[in-house]
Amino acid sequence: MSADNKGVLIKPIVDNNPIALQVLGICSALAVTSSMTNALVMTIAVVIVTGFSNLFISIIRNQIPSSVRIIVQMAIIASLVIVVDQVLKAFSYQLSKELSVYIGLIITNCIVMGRAEAFAMKEKPGVSFLDGIGNGLGYGFILLVVAFFRELFGFGTLFGMEILPLIQNGGWYQANGVLVLPFSSFFIIGFIIWAIRQWKPAQVEKD
Amino acid sequence: MSAKKETFGKTLGFVIAVCLACAALVSISAVQLKPLQVENKLFDQQTKILQAADILSMTDGTKASIQSTFEQFVDAKMIDLDSGEFIEGSPKLFDERRNARDPEKSSDLEEDIAGINRRSHTAVVYLVSNGAGEIETVVLPIVGSGLWDLMYGYVGLKSDLNTVRNLIYSDHKETPGLGAEVMNPKWVAKWPGKKIYDEAGNVAIELVKGGAKASNEHGVDALSGATLTSNGVTRTLQFWFGEKGYKPFITKFRTQEVK
Repeated sequence: MSADNKGVLIKPIVDNNPIALQVLGICSALAVTSSMTNALVMTIAVVIVTGFSNLFISIIRNQIPSSVRIIVQMAIIASLVIVVDQVLKAFSYQLSKELSVYIGLIITNCIVMGRAEAFAMKEKPGVSFLDGIGNGLGYGFILLVVAFFRELFGFGTLFGMEILPLIQNGGWYQANGVLVLPFSSFFIIGFIIWAIRQWKPAQVEKD
Repeated sequence: MSAKKETFGKTLGFVIAVCLACAALVSISAVQLKPLQVENKLFDQQTKILQAADILSMTDGTKASIQSTFEQFVDAKMIDLDSGEFIEGSPKLFDERRNARDPEKSSDLEEDIAGINRRSHTAVVYLVSNGAGEIETVVLPIVGSGLWDLMYGYVGLKSDLNTVRNLIYSDHKETPGLGAEVMNPKWVAKWPGKKIYDEAGNVAIELVKGGAKASNEHGVDALSGATLTSNGVTRTLQFWFGEKGYKPFITKFRTQEVK
């Protein structure tokens, strides 16, 4: 893998993170981060969809008439999302019961369309695929960090395993009710953005 | 994306080609994966029914063992809710919610306490035997509104059709950590032994805010922080064990009139 390609894959994880820097895809980051398992499955689904939608769109980028390009992108993205949903229903029924609505909403996830429009329409298929995977991973990285805090302090568990025994189950930990609710993700994402910008001041917008 | 290839015909042709390719992809995956999905759904349902009948521990948790246990002990039968009689029909093809949308197969409710709008004329009941031909548990599917959406579950009753063996919710969209505690094993464990009807035959089971007394055989602790979900559970049970629900069937079954 050349240095360029590696950059395309790695950069979106911290340097050019779709949530923290581009501030895309926030809505689904609120919904699926109540547990690590959900966040992980959502991450995998988004990585697959961004990767392959970028790949397919890039392959036909020179044929797509610019007047209908958004519609063509949507058709490809929507098809991929339906396939992912079907696969999930077939192989992981329990998770699909919880996640089905949000998997469908990947179609409207700005990251997928954003990368298709901003990257795949201009670049070669191989590098577009890597860019899609990278952005999916960047999104997933934030999702998993948010889910870590929400599940640990909201439910006292991680991946469903008990870490902090809850009072209602005979333990000592009083669950934090705020973290159970989706809007708490705003706070955590805010802190993550702050932390990343402290670490990499280049990301701070100029006044 | 040069301007020269932007003719109407080309654009139209391109869009149609993309749509056909996408449609092919979606349909192939949907058709190919359908059998697996149906199997998963059935397996999930069977697991919940065995749980409601409290015989899930007889299986080793694998798919094959749950399926064979289900086939060995559980007999699914269609009933007519108004008359309480068994009727002909395939329980496998039964879909409560689809029936409830079909004016032919369901009726409006005057008192819709469970918040389900319409009720199907028929239902499936699961008779669970002990292997020696005696019915030990009857599992009845229930559905009713919680806070956000319908909650689906199964109630397993002992053969007196009054004592709860287990109440298992299978599908709901309640708030995690609050209403979603209906799935918490600690709360589920409060149900066995509770009685649905009082001496006069009225539905007495309810969730009690602030905690039910240990001597209260009709009361179960309400879920803390989830008043509306708790009300939903109480109303669902009151509806399904009332006259519009399984009561005609239960009355007939007790006197062994239904065969």
